[in-house]
Amino acid sequence: MAQQQQEVKLMKGNEVIAHAAIRFGCDAYFGYPITPQSEVMETLMELKPWETTGMVVLQAESEISSINMVYGAAATGKRVLTSSSSPGISLMAEGISYIAGAELPCLIVNCQRGGPGLGTIQPSQGDYFQACKGGGHGDYHLIVLAPNSVQEMHDFVKLGLDLAFKYRNPAMILADGAIGQMMEKVVLAPQQPRRTNEEIAAECKEWATYGKPADRKRNVVTSLELQSEAMEQINLRLNAKYRTMEENEVRYEAIECDDADYVLVAFGSSARICSATVEMARAEGLRVGLLRPITLYPFPTRPIAELAKRVKGFLSVELNAGQMVEDVRLAVNGAAPVEHYGRQGGMIYSPDEVLAALKQKLIKA
Amino acid sequence: MKETLIIAGFGGQGVLSMGKILAYSGVMQGFEVTWMPSYGPEMRGGTANVTVILSDRKISSPIAYEYDTAIILNQQSMDKFEAKVRPGGTLIYDTNGITHHPTRTDIHIYSINATEESAKLGNTKLFNTMILGGYLKVCPVVTMENVKLGLKKSLPERAWKMLPENEKAILHGAEIIHQIR
Repeated sequence: MAQQQQEVKLMKGNEVIAHAAIRFGCDAYFGYPITPQSEVMETLMELKPWETTGMVVLQAESEISSINMVYGAAATGKRVLTSSSSPGISLMAEGISYIAGAELPCLIVNCQRGGPGLGTIQPSQGDYFQACKGGGHGDYHLIVLAPNSVQEMHDFVKLGLDLAFKYRNPAMILADGAIGQMMEKVVLAPQQPRRTNEEIAAECKEWATYGKPADRKRNVVTSLELQSEAMEQINLRLNAKYRTMEENEVRYEAIECDDADYVLVAFGSSARICSATVEMARAEGLRVGLLRPITLYPFPTRPIAELAKRVKGFLSVELNAGQMVEDVRLAVNGAAPVEHYGRQGGMIYSPDEVLAALKQKLIKA
Repeated sequence: MKETLIIAGFGGQGVLSMGKILAYSGVMQGFEVTWMPSYGPEMRGGTANVTVILSDRKISSPIAYEYDTAIILNQQSMDKFEAKVRPGGTLIYDTNGITHHPTRTDIHIYSINATEESAKLGNTKLFNTMILGGYLKVCPVVTMENVKLGLKKSLPERAWKMLPENEKAILHGAEIIHQIR
């Protein structure tokens, strides 16, 4: 057979989430519309996957319903996702904590907008803390992926769900209005079938509530444990899981870092802008590199600590008041200066503004 | 080759769809492309703009700080984007509703009266493809063949009956654009 023809499309990041969910064999999407991510559900409704793969698409009455439908479907071993934007994710926070506590796999897409409160509909990275440091209550972590292109929006639907099932832990794609609304070329994966009930039973028999066969004990899905001794054991098991993720799942991209004097640290849409800043800086003879965390949790602490041994400084560039910069500082641990540059309110810096900030905050200092 | 372009005007003028046609034409030509819109309430009126980048290399930032070309379709956009054209770059504007004409002397300036011409043809919906035709006359970044393919790709099938008229509008746009300096 001839090599399979690649399907190159021009699409918005939000549209691609919908196509990827269908093509990677998701069983269900539950959501509620909010700008700037409404195209996710709009595209699913246009594509009508319930007529082809059998995937369920349901507009719930609120984000609280959406996340609890995700909770219920995930408990049966199905591959499920939801998407929203910042205020909607806040509404989901309780459900996300329960899903993390019950150790269920699912995918949550946050196409961030500026806050606090209803804020603005323009892009922001103001939910870094919410995504990486909790958001809901209790000691838990999400697996947090930060796509910087429309192609990565596609690819991370699969990666996020694979990691979620590997660790029985909710995963989040932390995008923003810019990545969600931007159109770029994307290569869509070939259609994969949804898993059969037998496949789900084989993969998830230790924990999922898909109907109890005679040959195994009852599976109970809960985040409740009233005995402190037993609850602490659950916490310790979760902690061990998080340490394993930190050991095995860190992903990042280092651009021109090998000989860099100064390193920009940026994720998502900011990283795209900063890669142009690196080009501009190099053209001026400044040795500037970019470290792009792809997983925000687990955070690429070790590669940043390694760079800190020899570089003159780090600039954490984020569309917020300074959130990831705290993790950069923890990684650097005093070995080099660490500064933050940001814009808020839906405003976006251009590559030359980042370069000016780097010069002002670090190079001339 | 790298062309960084902003198209800016009112919501409803077809600014975003013109950008989409151009972006799809770029895909057909084998370029990397990004299409970054201003989004939100603009679609219900007010100003709208889209940044389109076509490049034969991977595109780093989809956000630009200066433009090779600005296509300006209202006064607000003129006020905002005339200064952001790079020296030696190109500014194309529709004269309709413009009270303060561009004053820069270090860029190429073209005008096109597509508002009036599309009204004369009795179909103001052809406004944006006429502007696109004018732009492609001045900056032939993609071939006419690929523009036709891009036009078809970016329209839903139910609108394909409009393709011949739009193709004509592109050719007409190329005739009515003229250089001011």
